[in-house]
Amino acid sequence: MKFAVIVFPGSNCDVDMYHAIKDELGEEAEYVWHNAESLEEYDAILLPGGFSYGDYLRSGAIARFSKVMNEVVKAAEAGKPVLGVCNGFQILLEARLLPGAMRRNESLKFICRPVELKVENNRSMFTSLYKEGETITIPIAHGEGNYYCDEETLAKLKANNQIVFTYHGTNPNGSLANIAGIMNERGNVLGMMPHPERAVDELLGGADGLKLFQSIVKHWREAYVVNA
Amino acid sequence: MLLTLEPGPEQIKSEKIYQQMGLSDEEFAMIEKILGRLPNYTETGLFSVMWSEHCSYKNSKPVLKKFPTTGEHVLQGPGEGAGIVDIGDEQAVVFKIESHNHPSAIEPYQGAATGVGGIIRDVFSMGARPIALLNSLRFGELDSSRVRYLFKEVVAGIAGYGNCIGIPTVGGEVQFDPAYDGNPLVNAMCVGIIDHKDIKKGQAHGVGNTVMYVGAKTGRDGIHGATFASEELNEQSEEKRPAVQVGDPFMEKLLLEACLELVQSDALVGIQDMGAAGLTSSSAEMASKAGSGIEMNLDLVPQRESGMTAYEMMLSESQERMLIVVKKGREQEIIDLFSKYGLEAVAIGKVTDDKMLRLLHKGEVVADVPVDALAEDAPVYHKPSKEPKYFREFQAMENDIPEVADYKETLLALLKQPTIASKEWVYDQYDYMVRTNTVVTPGSDAAVVRIRGTKKALAMTTDCNSRYIYLDPETGGKIAVAEAARNIICSGGEPLAITDCLNFGNPEKPEIFWQLEKAVDGMSDACRMLGTPVIGGNVSLYNETSGAAVYPTPVVGMVGLVEDLKHVTTQNFKEAGDLIYLVGETKDEFGGSELQKLSYGRIFGKAPELDLETEKARQQQILNAIRAGLVASAHDVAEGGFAVAVAESLFGTAGLGADVKISGNFTSALFSETQSRFLLSVKKENKEAFEKLVNATLIGEVTDSSVLRIVSETNDPVIAADVKELESVWKGAIPCLLK
Repeated sequence: MKFAVIVFPGSNCDVDMYHAIKDELGEEAEYVWHNAESLEEYDAILLPGGFSYGDYLRSGAIARFSKVMNEVVKAAEAGKPVLGVCNGFQILLEARLLPGAMRRNESLKFICRPVELKVENNRSMFTSLYKEGETITIPIAHGEGNYYCDEETLAKLKANNQIVFTYHGTNPNGSLANIAGIMNERGNVLGMMPHPERAVDELLGGADGLKLFQSIVKHWREAYVVNA
Repeated sequence: MLLTLEPGPEQIKSEKIYQQMGLSDEEFAMIEKILGRLPNYTETGLFSVMWSEHCSYKNSKPVLKKFPTTGEHVLQGPGEGAGIVDIGDEQAVVFKIESHNHPSAIEPYQGAATGVGGIIRDVFSMGARPIALLNSLRFGELDSSRVRYLFKEVVAGIAGYGNCIGIPTVGGEVQFDPAYDGNPLVNAMCVGIIDHKDIKKGQAHGVGNTVMYVGAKTGRDGIHGATFASEELNEQSEEKRPAVQVGDPFMEKLLLEACLELVQSDALVGIQDMGAAGLTSSSAEMASKAGSGIEMNLDLVPQRESGMTAYEMMLSESQERMLIVVKKGREQEIIDLFSKYGLEAVAIGKVTDDKMLRLLHKGEVVADVPVDALAEDAPVYHKPSKEPKYFREFQAMENDIPEVADYKETLLALLKQPTIASKEWVYDQYDYMVRTNTVVTPGSDAAVVRIRGTKKALAMTTDCNSRYIYLDPETGGKIAVAEAARNIICSGGEPLAITDCLNFGNPEKPEIFWQLEKAVDGMSDACRMLGTPVIGGNVSLYNETSGAAVYPTPVVGMVGLVEDLKHVTTQNFKEAGDLIYLVGETKDEFGGSELQKLSYGRIFGKAPELDLETEKARQQQILNAIRAGLVASAHDVAEGGFAVAVAESLFGTAGLGADVKISGNFTSALFSETQSRFLLSVKKENKEAFEKLVNATLIGEVTDSSVLRIVSETNDPVIAADVKELESVWKGAIPCLLK
């Protein structure tokens, strides 16, 4: 399976995403520049964290106009897995691939720490290897992770089981309904503030994020590989 | 300060305008002699920044010469952007620490942020990939609203820059003392990794080669920043806010990636950061180091605003800029490379053979100055030095043991001291994980960052207890280096080298100069004994507010090599049943200690003693035991003494406790700050093997009780405390003070 790691000017978790896929997951990964004109050769698209365009104007607001975003939209429409982490999530919101918006953390401070998440929905291509209701530990590192949407949207997210991860115990940023990660209705675009790519190696304190990537591979194998 | 009409050479001399730029009458006379004529306004500006203490080290040079700077593994000592040490496998580690004290005192967020930006550029200008940031911060007491503001904004500024550029801030230290009330210290350190073949230098070789300007445009910010850094702070310092630069970490991220691609190109001849004194220092130093000259046409310098004068362009300290020299004819490749990152690269001059810095503006020569006169041949002063009276008085004092009524209450009070308390409030705001290599995160003795693709890692720390140095600069200087090494050893690393940031008061005062001399003597002795040469650093003098100096604060940044990730050790106890050992005997030493400060509200007496041979031997024994896999946890005994160290070893564990026995005077056993001591835990099955390698006293055992129980030799209780209570006090102290 071949993953694209999109690199915007100012992305800085691209390297982490790349190594998580190559070294820990053992699949193919390639960096794809923000002005790329096609993503056809990739089976999954990863939008990494960082500060694309310096977070100027609003986090993700400029990156959504990058050339490659047209291709990301096409890939999402084609049903390919699209995962946006942290700034990647913010870009997916700005690009309207996911509903809602991001506000500054309630504390108004950047927060970096491992947090506990609850797997709310394990019937997705991103979470099938987790147990429903399972508690996992994944680090966060953001200043604007306070997810917000209107009541109608929240009701829809709930009704369609689009809320994939919630913060367990303490909500670090004040997000609505403790939301840490949501997906689109079709279930192939996931945005999340916590960094699964930082939780793939016991040496660095835990590997709870690895199953997310393994779930993507499992889904792809089942769909495309003979004798999977 | 918009200067549309600059004063002419005669006027500069007659009205002594050079004095406003920080030049003395003697220095101005020297300039006149060097040039054989009077300098114009631009030239006077060039000399004034290059001859500032910040750029020339004119007051500290004779002292800095005492540092040992060479060693088997040193590939680059002081003099370039950053020092370089070999770590084997054709790789090397590059690191440096630098101060941004004065800007941070005036505009804390941008002052701290641009301090981080500047030190990162020093590292990648060598061709290295920055892999970690550390810092060392000093503030006054948090009961002042101004100090709280400075503290919050400095931390936010460091976070804002480091998080955005994507280099993890993995460690550091923060201390609080009234001595820093008006003059906080903000020192930033960057560590990078490089392949030997990629090492670049800031040298302008090859007559006819092209000088190119890359990165952000030049604006009117930071003009005379280096001069401002070389003065005392006073009531008028607020007016110097325009001398503080504004950082753009996004721009620097692009510049970083572009420059690291550039160092792979054989078109590149030399590269240097435009840091302090911007275009002036980078051009003059690159030419001087190469024995060449540089001619630049300032009309070609990318400018952020119109109508800038030559003086303003040359003295601007706008951030995120680099000066590079490339082979003639290869300019287009460079332009294309930078444009891929959305950056400008502009040819603005050429390398010449006449050893002159010649500046053209609007078709005229506006400056023509020998590069060596600006760089290498800046004046050097041998300042008078005088032992301060207080030192004699302190040395004559007997060691005093403060009265302690209740040991547990005293331990709680110490854990609440902001200098000892948990710094989680600080490092929670730093992205310490990005690049996914941080094996030991902030909060342990040293941070450990793995080197991807190898089984090796780097341990890194910043250290300096300035109270000891104030009491006794020589001993205190030794302690600063030794403690940094202890932190590296406790993490499983072998100390490689240090970078230092010498933060002192006004060197024109003989008592301050004496502090500087003695501290450097002590540090040099320790560096020699511990095998850690000084590979670079920075001097920040004039840290005074309205005549009062900060404590002498020579911050040590140390990097060590962890040969195998298996050796990585942290300070926390690991399992109930493990044996607890103390290495080193305890004396009645409270001079400069946290307990003394707590009890008397001031510090006095002698600093703790330090025997370097003992220190070295203990460190070696402990490292051997760690490498043999015999040590479960290791922590150095530092501020607050043994009781604080044992409490810290329990924090963050899942319900562990400890039963330990102390002997002698309880107050000393618990709170003395005797040096060269370590607290280790060892699995029972390793008892014999460990005791063969390390001279240590078995003092107790890790339990699963979640209680810290300290008893006397006759088993009388001294302290019995719920670890959760201790930890909540320790964790809550700083957030509580900030409310």
